[in-house]
Amino acid sequence: MIEEKTKPLFERSEWTFDIMSEVYDAIEEIAHNELHLDTYPNQIEVISSEQMLDAYSSIGLPLMYKHWSFGKRFARDEHSYRRGYSGLAYEIVINSSPCISYNMEDSSMAMQTLVMAHAAFGHNHFFKNNYLFKQWTDAEGILEYLSFARDYIAKCEERYGIERVEEILDAAHALMDQGVFRYRRPPKLSKEALRKKVQEREEYEERSYNDLWRTVPAARETVAELDECEIEQKRRQEMFKLPEENLLYFLEKNSPNLRTWEREILRIVRNIAQYFYPQKQTKVMNEGCATFVHYTIMNRLYDKGLISEGALLEMLHSHTSVVFQPDFDDPRYNGINPYALGFNMMMDIKRICMEPTDEDRDWFPAIAGNGEWRDTLLDAWANYRDESFILQYLSPYLMRKMRLFSIADDSKSPTLEVGAIHNKSGYRQVRNALAESYNLSLQEPDIQVVDVNIRGDRTLFLRHRCKNRILLHEQTRNEVLKHLKLLWGYHIVLTGVEQETNEELYCATTRPQKEEAVV
Amino acid sequence: MRYFVDRRENPKGKSLGNRQRFVKRARARIKEVVDKSLKDRSIKDLATGEKITIPTKGIEEPKFFNDGRTGSKNRVFPGNKDFMPGDKIKRPEGGGAGGRGKQGSDDGEGQDDFSFTLTRDEFLDLFFEDLELPDLVKKSLTDVRNFQTKHAGYRTSGTTSNITLVRTMRQSLARRTALKRPKKSEIEELEAEIAELEAKSRLGVKQKERLEELKNLLIKKNRKRQVVGFIDPIDVRYHAFEKVPQPNSKAVMFCLMDVSGSMGEREKDLAKRFFLLLHLFLDRRYEYTEIVFIRHTHIAQEVDEETFFYGRESGGTVVSRALEEMKKIQRERYPTDIWNIYAAQVSDGDNTTGDSGTCISLLNNDILPVVQYYTYIEVVDVQEMEIVRNGEGGSDLWKAYRQVRDGWPIFKMGKISQPGDIYGVFRELFAKDLKGA
Repeated sequence: MIEEKTKPLFERSEWTFDIMSEVYDAIEEIAHNELHLDTYPNQIEVISSEQMLDAYSSIGLPLMYKHWSFGKRFARDEHSYRRGYSGLAYEIVINSSPCISYNMEDSSMAMQTLVMAHAAFGHNHFFKNNYLFKQWTDAEGILEYLSFARDYIAKCEERYGIERVEEILDAAHALMDQGVFRYRRPPKLSKEALRKKVQEREEYEERSYNDLWRTVPAARETVAELDECEIEQKRRQEMFKLPEENLLYFLEKNSPNLRTWEREILRIVRNIAQYFYPQKQTKVMNEGCATFVHYTIMNRLYDKGLISEGALLEMLHSHTSVVFQPDFDDPRYNGINPYALGFNMMMDIKRICMEPTDEDRDWFPAIAGNGEWRDTLLDAWANYRDESFILQYLSPYLMRKMRLFSIADDSKSPTLEVGAIHNKSGYRQVRNALAESYNLSLQEPDIQVVDVNIRGDRTLFLRHRCKNRILLHEQTRNEVLKHLKLLWGYHIVLTGVEQETNEELYCATTRPQKEEAVV
Repeated sequence: MRYFVDRRENPKGKSLGNRQRFVKRARARIKEVVDKSLKDRSIKDLATGEKITIPTKGIEEPKFFNDGRTGSKNRVFPGNKDFMPGDKIKRPEGGGAGGRGKQGSDDGEGQDDFSFTLTRDEFLDLFFEDLELPDLVKKSLTDVRNFQTKHAGYRTSGTTSNITLVRTMRQSLARRTALKRPKKSEIEELEAEIAELEAKSRLGVKQKERLEELKNLLIKKNRKRQVVGFIDPIDVRYHAFEKVPQPNSKAVMFCLMDVSGSMGEREKDLAKRFFLLLHLFLDRRYEYTEIVFIRHTHIAQEVDEETFFYGRESGGTVVSRALEEMKKIQRERYPTDIWNIYAAQVSDGDNTTGDSGTCISLLNNDILPVVQYYTYIEVVDVQEMEIVRNGEGGSDLWKAYRQVRDGWPIFKMGKISQPGDIYGVFRELFAKDLKGA
């Protein structure tokens, strides 16, 4: 149904900056006025394939300090690209303001259109509005910070030698996943706000005063009842603010072994890790959002007669390969495709809003048939991450469509067992299992600093809280401990305990084995 | 709000620094592979860069991650065909059911080896690392006979042909400005005003005074223009040139090969590999290299590369003919003051009885005095290699050349029996002379 018969903005496949601008404006019109997207200003950079490889290797950031591991990534990507093992991404987009997206020069105009809709509007909107990004990342400051980081590390290399800097960076990179705060710390309050808060609390206490609380007996653990050893430990806990989940933060603040510049490097690495943490938690949503946006926009462009049928078909071809989900037994299967899951879920939300079935009304009474798919999606994009999004919105309809099933994998048992499938008794189980697999705090090992031996040999004690007896990969674990030891300067002891039962599963240490036997 | 930025012209190779760091880190391992690659590959491919697969040891980036083979967990997969809850499935071979295998090895590598492509330069750098042409340094420092004229700033004296206009005019402008030389336009203005006044038939007193004043001014300015010249000799600047001693940077390589009946395909192949290696090596050390191919049976002739390696010829073997041919060509085309001369001879050691003596005198008297380096490679049987390894026995020619070797440090000889030997012998021949360093 072509609404307004207009001439397509482009007919041929070559792109020029003029056509790009026109198309951009047409996309913006739809994105802002029809989808009500809210985006940072866009900076679209056209780069060559070689530059794309460069961008790849420094984890997609336009500015990055130098490190051999980026060179390794570059060597590998270049190798597989040159030999045709893998293609390059069509775009890279950076969570910054202005939002920088890279488009490849060899793309056709249709692809440029798709990429602009996908990155410059879809991702851009998500970056600007999702609560995780809002809380954790500073889109305006990131480029400046990266440029500071790069210069700082270059200066360190000059002054202290490439080798020493590399050693610190190697160690810091090894702990990058343990270098983030997983739980929000409230932003530091201004004095004014702090005073207000204290006042509010006092008022609340007055209002809710209940004499009953006075009669509750005091906790057993008063200082007097603890023995000396425990007092000491408690003091240490307070001194180091233990337990601490952010290992890099802990080392940066407390390592007895680091010089000021080395602490600054740890800080840089952990800031970058923190910057990427929201992206790790929203892969499905972020890609789903961008894919949904480009899909909607390209169809609207076509409806308005702004792109030709040929261009639409070219985009659709690329779109379908992006959202392709091979079955579990397909040789191409490599986990659940976040593009496919995200896009399908969002299309499904649209369906639930517009044409709900009785089942949908049962499952999603709040949104089924509300007719407001745009607002519903805007709300989802803003307020969820992968785990909560799946838990909230994955519908039985989609589970049937994707034929999802869960497998219970117990390493002790010689066989795998099918836990639940896409049927009435299985929907919730499958949905929970899928959501859980996107919960980073469950997927990434939970390792915390629990104690420090300050009187003796300064050993650092870490605890790994294992879930369901899942252990760390042993060989790399020991390698990481070596890196940790380098940063801490003294020995490390890592104990794995089962989360539920507190049963000790393993104990790893950097102390020489002999000594351990004696202990 | 939007901006389009065209970054295509920006410098590429932003990752070069990272790449160099990586290659440096993995150097020892890459080097092993590079050295080994000569045994497995034809030398022709070497020059185009190399696919390298190295063990990940030393370049892995360890992280804490869950071992997929431990504990119990629920996982969700798409595409159920006919599973029902409670079905038992056999554990797939090699790790968890799908997915995990890839995920577990953080970057798609893990235990596997790491593959990438070395650029030609990186490859050759590693390949020829710590190899040196021993006598090159000495010669180019002591026997410098080449000079190149290089620009070396400006000077105040020189020949007219070397005047630099821009510099001269700059000096002139500065001087004229400093001395307040009247401009042509000022004079013209004055003249115009005078002409205007003079044109009037009647002049008032004031106007007459003004006219007088203007005329004086004009005279003054004209005089000043004459005194302060437009270009003064002190303005003139000349290009300065300097003669910079230029190390001899041209090399010619003489490849001498016995193609008589006794040299089979195997021998020729080995010879070719050696020559190619030598050529690559020289190519990296010199800006310009030429190669002369001389093949010989009982007669010697200069041929092109194709014929040299693939041409069929048969006949007896008279080695001295090739040496004579080389001597002739060198005298005609490659004077020693311009060319660094290298020679490599490959043979199976056969020679006509009595000819070896001629060879010795040719080498001693005519050839060795003019060349930088002379290598002799003898291709021998695999079995023979085993027997004579390190021994001094050998063919007629080998024995004869041993006498030459004792008198000339620039004369080196070695034996090869299979492709794997070539690089070793090559390294031996060109290893950096530690005494010299």
